[in-house]
Amino acid sequence: MTREQIRAILADVTDPEIPVLTLEDLGVIRDVIIRDDTVEVVITPTYSGCPATDLMSRDIVRTLRGAGVENVIITRRIDPPWTTDLLSDEAKQKLKDYGIAPPVWMREDQSVADITVPCPRCGSTRTELISEFGSTACKALYRCQDCLEPFDHFKCHR
Amino acid sequence: MKDQAILFDYILHLADNQLILGQRLSELCGHGPELEQDIAITNIALDLIGQAQLLYDYAGQLDELGRDQDQLAFLRDAHEFRNVQLVEQPNRDFAHVIVRQYLFDEYMFRIYQALTDGLDERLAQIARKAIIEVKYHLRFSRNWMLRLGDGTDISNQKMQAALDRFWPFTGELFQPGITEDILTKAGVAPELKDLEPQWLEAVTATLKEANLHVPDRPRQRSGTGSGKAGIHTEHLGHLLTEMQFLQRAYPGLKW
Ligand SMILES: [Zn+2]
Repeated sequence: MTREQIRAILADVTDPEIPVLTLEDLGVIRDVIIRDDTVEVVITPTYSGCPATDLMSRDIVRTLRGAGVENVIITRRIDPPWTTDLLSDEAKQKLKDYGIAPPVWMREDQSVADITVPCPRCGSTRTELISEFGSTACKALYRCQDCLEPFDHFKCHR
Repeated sequence: MKDQAILFDYILHLADNQLILGQRLSELCGHGPELEQDIAITNIALDLIGQAQLLYDYAGQLDELGRDQDQLAFLRDAHEFRNVQLVEQPNRDFAHVIVRQYLFDEYMFRIYQALTDGLDERLAQIARKAIIEVKYHLRFSRNWMLRLGDGTDISNQKMQAALDRFWPFTGELFQPGITEDILTKAGVAPELKDLEPQWLEAVTATLKEANLHVPDRPRQRSGTGSGKAGIHTEHLGHLLTEMQFLQRAYPGLKW
C-alpha cells in the first residue's frame, strides 16, 4: 500500500473524546512512513497528559489491521509541539456544528478574560466563562447569556 | 561521574518534580472545593504527569540500569528521588494547594523558558511542548492567588499562612544540585542564579496585588539538605507508599 492509501484509511479514525473530529482534523497524525511490510504512523500528542493519546494509538492500529495492514508501529513526535493552529477550517466548522465553540485565537499578552467566545448554538457574543477547565484539558466551560445554554470552548492552545 | 550520568541525574530531577507535584494534585480528584476547581486541578495533574513521562522516557535512555519510565517512577525509594522538597509538601487546604502551585509555576515557567534555548535538543523539545501548558497553569494559580489573597479576611489569613509555611522551601529551587553546574557551564541547564531575581520580582508583584506580604523569614531552611541530593521531608515517603503500592505489591502488573 502507498502512503496515500494508508492516510485514506486513517481518515476514518476519530478522536475518542470528540467523535466528530478525525485525528487528521486535529492534526495529530504527523507522518506515515512505509518500510518494507511495516507501516509507521507518527503521531503528536495534544496535551502532554492527554489520556486519549493511548486510545488514539490503539484505534490507529486496530483500523489499519482491519484493512489488512498487519505490521503497524506508532511513534510519537513532540516537536514542533501540537497547537490548535493545526486544526483545519473544516474541523472548526465541525466542532461548531457539534456544539463546541472552536478555538478563539488569543494573543500572547491576552488572558482568557480578554477574549469573546461566541455561543455555538445561537451565535450570541454575550457569553461568560464558567471555568477555564472543562470536561477535558482541551476545553473550557462557558455559558450563553442569551440562550442560557452551557457550552464547551475548544481552547486556543499555542 | 560520567557526562551521561550527570545528565541523567538532572533530567531525573526535572521529571521527579513534575511527577511528585502531579501525584499531590491528583489526591484532590473528587475532593476539590468545587467541581470546576476539582476538574482544573486534576487536569493540571495530568499535564504534569505527562511532562514527567516525556522526561522519564529521556532519562531512561541515559540510565546505566536501563530502567523505563514506569520503573523509574514506581521502583525507586525516597532517597533516590531528586525533586525539590516544595512539591512533596502535603495539600492541607486549598490555600496551600494554590500557593505551592503558584510558587512552582512561576519557577517552572522560567526553567522551561531557559531550556528551550538550551543546547540539549531533546530537553529543548520537551520544554517547548511543556511551556505552553505551564503558561495556563500559571494563569490559573495566579488568578487564585489574587482572588483568595484579596478576598475575605479569612481567605487572606489562610493564604498568608500557606505562604509563610512554604516560603522557606523556595530557596532550594535555585540551589544547583551537586553536579548541575557542569551542565550549566555546558549550556544545557539554566543558570539558576540568573532566574532567581526574575522569579522573586514576579512573585513579589503578585503578592502585593493579592494583598499578601512577603514573609519575614529566610527562604532557606537551616540545617537541612536538598531534595536534589535525595534528602526529603517525611512527607515524600508517605506519598510514595501510596503511589507505588500497586507495582510494589504486584511487580510488573499492567492495566
Ligand atoms: Zn446561545
